[in-house]
Amino acid sequence: MELNNFLTKRKIPLAWLLLTRQPLRILVAIAGIAFAGILMFMQLGFRDGLFDASVTVHKLFDADLVLISPRSKSSISMSGFPRRRLVQAMAHKNVTGTTAVNWNFLLWRNPENLSTRSILALGFEPSKPLLIDSDFEIKAKTLTNKGRVLFDDLSRDEFGPISSWFKSGRLVETEVAGKRVRVSGIVSLGPSFGADGNLITSSETYLELSPGNPKGSIEIGLVRLEKGSDIEKVVRSLNINLPSDVKVMSLKSFIDFEKNYWKSSTSIGFIFTLGAAMGFIVGCVIVYQILYSDVSDHLPEYATLMAMGYNLRSLLGVVAREGLILSIMGYIPAYLSGQALYALVRASTKLPVEMSFSRASIIFFLILFMCMGSALAAMKKLADADPAEIF
Amino acid sequence: MKNINNNTLNIASLNHWFGHGETRRHVLQSISMEISPGEVVLLTGPSGCGKTTLLTLIGALRKVQDGDLKVFGKQLFGASRKTRQNLRKNIGMIFQGHNLLRCLTAEQNVQMGADLLSGFSYKARRAQSREWLRAVGLEDHLSKLPHDLSGGQKQRVAIARALAARPKLLLADEPTSALDSSTGREIVDLLKKLALEQSCSVLMVTHDPRILDVADRLLRMEDGQILPSV
Repeated sequence: MELNNFLTKRKIPLAWLLLTRQPLRILVAIAGIAFAGILMFMQLGFRDGLFDASVTVHKLFDADLVLISPRSKSSISMSGFPRRRLVQAMAHKNVTGTTAVNWNFLLWRNPENLSTRSILALGFEPSKPLLIDSDFEIKAKTLTNKGRVLFDDLSRDEFGPISSWFKSGRLVETEVAGKRVRVSGIVSLGPSFGADGNLITSSETYLELSPGNPKGSIEIGLVRLEKGSDIEKVVRSLNINLPSDVKVMSLKSFIDFEKNYWKSSTSIGFIFTLGAAMGFIVGCVIVYQILYSDVSDHLPEYATLMAMGYNLRSLLGVVAREGLILSIMGYIPAYLSGQALYALVRASTKLPVEMSFSRASIIFFLILFMCMGSALAAMKKLADADPAEIF
Repeated sequence: MKNINNNTLNIASLNHWFGHGETRRHVLQSISMEISPGEVVLLTGPSGCGKTTLLTLIGALRKVQDGDLKVFGKQLFGASRKTRQNLRKNIGMIFQGHNLLRCLTAEQNVQMGADLLSGFSYKARRAQSREWLRAVGLEDHLSKLPHDLSGGQKQRVAIARALAARPKLLLADEPTSALDSSTGREIVDLLKKLALEQSCSVLMVTHDPRILDVADRLLRMEDGQILPSV
């Protein structure tokens, strides 16, 4: 019955034929839409990639809850709070373990050309968990010796060819904050907005490298809970029971807290969203131009169809279907180029720019909206198709 | 005496004006005529005398300003856009230029006409289109684009397209003007033969004196008026 219905309804695919019998025009249209799509993919990809990059380390923390100072605004301006608060948190029955983390920027000397550059240094007790990475525990053991650091091989190249030297078996020594350190292992974290590179060391070494650090003061406290604990409940109870010089939040809120800083307190979000909007507008103009000139060129034919008895609605449907076809045909190359360009960006900037399903679908709907909106605008021209004028 | 309501076309004191105010022109002045089913009527007259305007009014392409105009018994004076649109499905039109869709093949162009019929499957409509193209002698040119057809062939496709919608009235506006005389003759003969097979009335506007003999009746128009037949 359905099929039968389809067979009676089926008509000549006029929209498809109108487009495909003019290969040059459809090629221009597809190139234009794909260009707009690529622009949107790039801008939104950069934006999300930069936001994701700001929490690469945060995401790796082996913790359920995080303690920070209420004065901390973001990873580039962390304030200290008394380490004792972690001991107090241990008193809660659901808490199974804690890790005190120092977090600050130190000067790293590139061992190859001796230039210095600011690097994010994390200090923790090597006997306690820090990252969820499976072989991190083994690497952490090397930090029990004084003056040892783990270097992030995703750090920018300006810090020197540390990981390639290390992997070739060479002894890598350099200066951090004017003190000699030795690289005892390589980790993979990734650079962010604030930090071009990362290093991890023991609390002991950390304090030696930054002697100005107040005694007993840490920047981040990691708290692990029993499996199955109600995280929100523990957060509430700790926030009530601990003094107000510390703020407790779930790891997820900590990640959002950091992302939010970059989203709301910097112009990055605005800049890239504006870039994507430009792509959208350029696409609208191109599709409108194509559809408008297509309708204008075929005006006598549309008028003929109206004279034959086709109603205006079925002709509007033809233009709408042209828009739909263009959006699908333009999206596919945009998506594929987006994938390729993301890979290129990942390789050259080490930013975690990935094709996400939500972005892929948002851009599809933007392109669809762009094409259908332009089709709607081009339909106005159809009103000029006067069947009385064609005789 | 024939029953007037069975007529394909009844026109009584039809007036039409173009323009406004000072420049207003009275292009059709009190036209009265009728066409009975299966009749072939030719309309001649100097250019600018209002022939084409009359044709567009009968074809329900323009709003009737004044007078009675009934097609298949339906009053067009004061008819809504929708009524006129539906009526057009029963009126076939053949234009001076062929007005084929450039992006469609001959077969697809004819099917645009056949697609107006409801209740047939796609296959059946395609078969009908092929049948019509065979009837106009173009069975070997089914998948050619208008671009690749000669003037005469294009006009044949246009006839096939008009007839594929099974109209009860066929309006033709100088269908032979773009053709050489022998091709023009062929086209008109074909048009008449096929229309009669469908018992479809034909109203043809023409300048061409060589084809006047196909008409059952000849009407002459001058200055917006139909002259009394001689």
